[in-house]
Amino acid sequence: MTVVLAVDDSASMRQMVSFTLQTAGFEVVEAVDGVDALAKAKDTQVDVVVSDVNMPNMDGIELIAALRALPQYKFTPMLMLTTESGGDKKSEGKAAGATGWIIKPFNPEQLVKTVNKVLG
Amino acid sequence: MNTVEGVESETIGLGQQQGEHGVDQYLTFIMGDDEYGVDILCVQEIRGWENTTPIPNAPPFVKGVINLRGTIVPIIDIRQCFNMEETSYGPLTVVIVLRATHDVGSRTIGIVVDAVSDVHSFNEEDLHAPPSLGESLNTSYIKGLAQAGSNMVILLDIDKALNFDELLSFDEEKKTDGSVEM
Amino acid sequence: MSIDMEQFHQVFFEESLEGLDIMEASLMELQEGQADSEIVNSIFRAAHSIKGGSATFGFSAVADFTHVLETLLDEVRQKTRDITTEIIELLLQSVDCLRDQMSALEQGESADSAQSHELKASFMKILESGNEAPASSTATDASPTISEGWTIYFKPEADIVKSGNEPLRMFRELAQLGTLSTVANLDALPSFNELAPENCYLYWELELHGSDISEAQIKEAFEWVEDESEIRITAIDAASEVSATTDSESEDESDPTNDDKPSGSALSEVPKSTSFSKRESASIRVGVDKIDELINTVGELVITQSMLSAVGQDFQMDQLTRLQEGLNQLAQNTRELQESVMRIRMLPISVSFNRYPRMIRDLSNQLDKKVELVLVGEQTELDKTVLEKIGDPLTHLVRNSMDHGIETPAERLLSGKSETGTITLKASHQGGNIVIEIIDDGKGLDRERILEKAIEKGLQEPGDKLSDEQIYQLVFKAGFSTADVVSDVSGRGVGMDVVRRNIHELGGTISIQSIQGVGSTITIRLPLTLAILDGQLAKVADQIFVFPLVSIIESMEMRGVEVSKAAGGCDLIKLRDEYIPIVYLTEVFGISTQPVILHESLLVVVESNNEKIGVVIDDLLSQQQIVIKSLEENYQKVKGISGATILGDGRVALIADIGELIRLSGTTHLKKLRAGDNFIPADPQAA
Repeated sequence: MTVVLAVDDSASMRQMVSFTLQTAGFEVVEAVDGVDALAKAKDTQVDVVVSDVNMPNMDGIELIAALRALPQYKFTPMLMLTTESGGDKKSEGKAAGATGWIIKPFNPEQLVKTVNKVLG
Repeated sequence: MNTVEGVESETIGLGQQQGEHGVDQYLTFIMGDDEYGVDILCVQEIRGWENTTPIPNAPPFVKGVINLRGTIVPIIDIRQCFNMEETSYGPLTVVIVLRATHDVGSRTIGIVVDAVSDVHSFNEEDLHAPPSLGESLNTSYIKGLAQAGSNMVILLDIDKALNFDELLSFDEEKKTDGSVEM
Repeated sequence: MSIDMEQFHQVFFEESLEGLDIMEASLMELQEGQADSEIVNSIFRAAHSIKGGSATFGFSAVADFTHVLETLLDEVRQKTRDITTEIIELLLQSVDCLRDQMSALEQGESADSAQSHELKASFMKILESGNEAPASSTATDASPTISEGWTIYFKPEADIVKSGNEPLRMFRELAQLGTLSTVANLDALPSFNELAPENCYLYWELELHGSDISEAQIKEAFEWVEDESEIRITAIDAASEVSATTDSESEDESDPTNDDKPSGSALSEVPKSTSFSKRESASIRVGVDKIDELINTVGELVITQSMLSAVGQDFQMDQLTRLQEGLNQLAQNTRELQESVMRIRMLPISVSFNRYPRMIRDLSNQLDKKVELVLVGEQTELDKTVLEKIGDPLTHLVRNSMDHGIETPAERLLSGKSETGTITLKASHQGGNIVIEIIDDGKGLDRERILEKAIEKGLQEPGDKLSDEQIYQLVFKAGFSTADVVSDVSGRGVGMDVVRRNIHELGGTISIQSIQGVGSTITIRLPLTLAILDGQLAKVADQIFVFPLVSIIESMEMRGVEVSKAAGGCDLIKLRDEYIPIVYLTEVFGISTQPVILHESLLVVVESNNEKIGVVIDDLLSQQQIVIKSLEENYQKVKGISGATILGDGRVALIADIGELIRLSGTTHLKKLRAGDNFIPADPQAA
């Protein structure tokens, strides 16, 4: 089964993402911030990362950069959930190695569609 | 670790009792020479009389409280409410546990009766208005009278009959005994 | 796919309210012109999360409002805007406004409020006047071009796959739109020795045919790589070349209402017709450690259970010690389980304390006073129910300290104090109680004026000699107020009696210590939990009553104790240097029994609110933890009784309400004077 790592400091968003992806048939590992996510990604090999950007401790961009540096995550699709205005966050994310982004607000269908898209 | 003492309760299955439109089922019980009925949907269970814990300064018809599976339930003697003759309680004395609704919620209350009699179905047309019974009985508690075979059944409006707010204030007015006013 | 978004609403409300608390606390720390980036970040993050969530869950009124907040905060965060008192003030008001919006949404009502529009307008004004003209929302894409066929030139940068973007994936996506033919150009491919296996050296020319394919659909496939790639999209029939803009502004979602807005029922504002009458959130957030502890305890319980059932399987008398061991273990497991379960209900008092920095700040401005708030022991935990009910009384007391306690800076300087007053809120555990103290270094209570006022209001007879303690208690009487001017800060003298009543209802006590000119300390003692108390079982006539152990000072035999009569017919005993009135439960509770034989009885001396009484009982039974059950649920409030409990044998026992017994004792004595005395005194000579 395809494993998705869902990272968000907001419990409601995290639950929404996780529930949606589980309903779509993915296995989901949840993490509350970058530090938590990094530890879990080292623990369990995940196939896709869906991460919020703005989080305490370690933000989504730092997380993506840290994951990309790991050999087992060199080519793993990583999506940022962003509401950031302007292109800053997107290009910062790209520079860190993000595959793409999902713009908040999004609905469950868009989320599933995008995750399926990066899985090809 | 609280064990529930007393007679194993016999629960009456609820839910399927509501018949077709306008037909209500009533559980009837005996007090003295009369047969009374209560809407069966209000009945939670029927159990044997057990000793109660008295409540300080309660009116005489409040017999005290019992432990009903962890809930504190008051037991009242409906005879005394209706100014009927008092009797002593024996092993055959029965407590009907009822759910009575009031303005802001509902209460679970047990009433002491002599014996449980039967279950009857009555149409709305079967109900007759109660005659004036004079001072001895407050007729607002009575929903109506109905004929079951050769017997007359007095159907009680549980929500009114067991309205503590009213019962207790009524008692206050006529209180003449030496209990402490507070 | 249909996902019921409503299931996440409650969590969203809870986390948003938490976020608002953090936002408020952080705002309090901000000073004009000093935008500590850590603090600003946490404020930004809170606003940002609320915006993201509210947009996702379809609360557009909240999303619109927080969007403006976020824009402003982002400028502060990026240091393109200075933080001013005005902005802090507006942000604080926004916190209040958002709290109101959350509670409206929670009730299933619309979050659209006049206040949010006003605040939004104020923010917009600041943003427009700002250091930087905000980019007005950019016009969305040019008219969507539609064509039957397209040629696409796609040349990604070499390390495209290192971001997890796979050109093949994009082609597959395009192939879903129509018929795709691809031509790969290999001319950029280096020699094998120079080839880096993870780089992409290919570029493509694609041709896509199909009905009604829009340029936007094609762009979507390259959405994430357009900045780093060379992409040219050309309509075949129109032959008009439209190169993909690398202008990220066009993808901007600065306005959440633009046409990027996802459709779907989940995102529409909760319709009024389906609003729920009332959604009382009775949930509680519990730390994982507490749950783990509970699971451990249950684990031990299971072991004990299997051990006991093994003993019981084929019981021989020689196994008696093992049985007893097992039962002891069971008793311990039960106690631990009870404690762990109760701990789940415990929350730190900071939940309540956190509102005061803001309140003190607002009141300081309003009253022109300088006050520093010190919080001590915020991590002290207490029962959720107690916590919820203590909020209002505490607020009232803090307001009182601000209004009546702390002097103006000028007054303080005159009396040789520093300009800034201090209010300390302190919480600690003492035995089975939580003690909350409100300490101020203000002017203290004015003994004489309180007495004067009480006499004037007819609350106190002139001429009585009163101790300080008794005088301070006058403050708690209904209709008492000493404020020279009735201010909107502390009410019209309806306050302190209500405060005391609230605290009594929680089974607590309140007292005041004060030194004129130095300050006052108000001490509130509350039980840790309302659901369980340590009780002393006592027999009176044939009934068992429970006394809360915390209120018992001592118990003694009445044999040989001298009982004297006070004016008014009250029986008193002298205990050390204090006279203590005696209360006969048989009498107060109307229990019919033989006359009490006092010298064969026991006396339990109990205290509430610094008043003591001796309660006459027949016998002391065991002490045990009891679970409090409501009498009012199915009956009504009984004077002198705080609730009921179920004893080990299944019987019901009533719990004595000590505070009320003390009050009742007064009326009983008067009554007794009329009724005559049928009690046999302990010492017949003393009568």
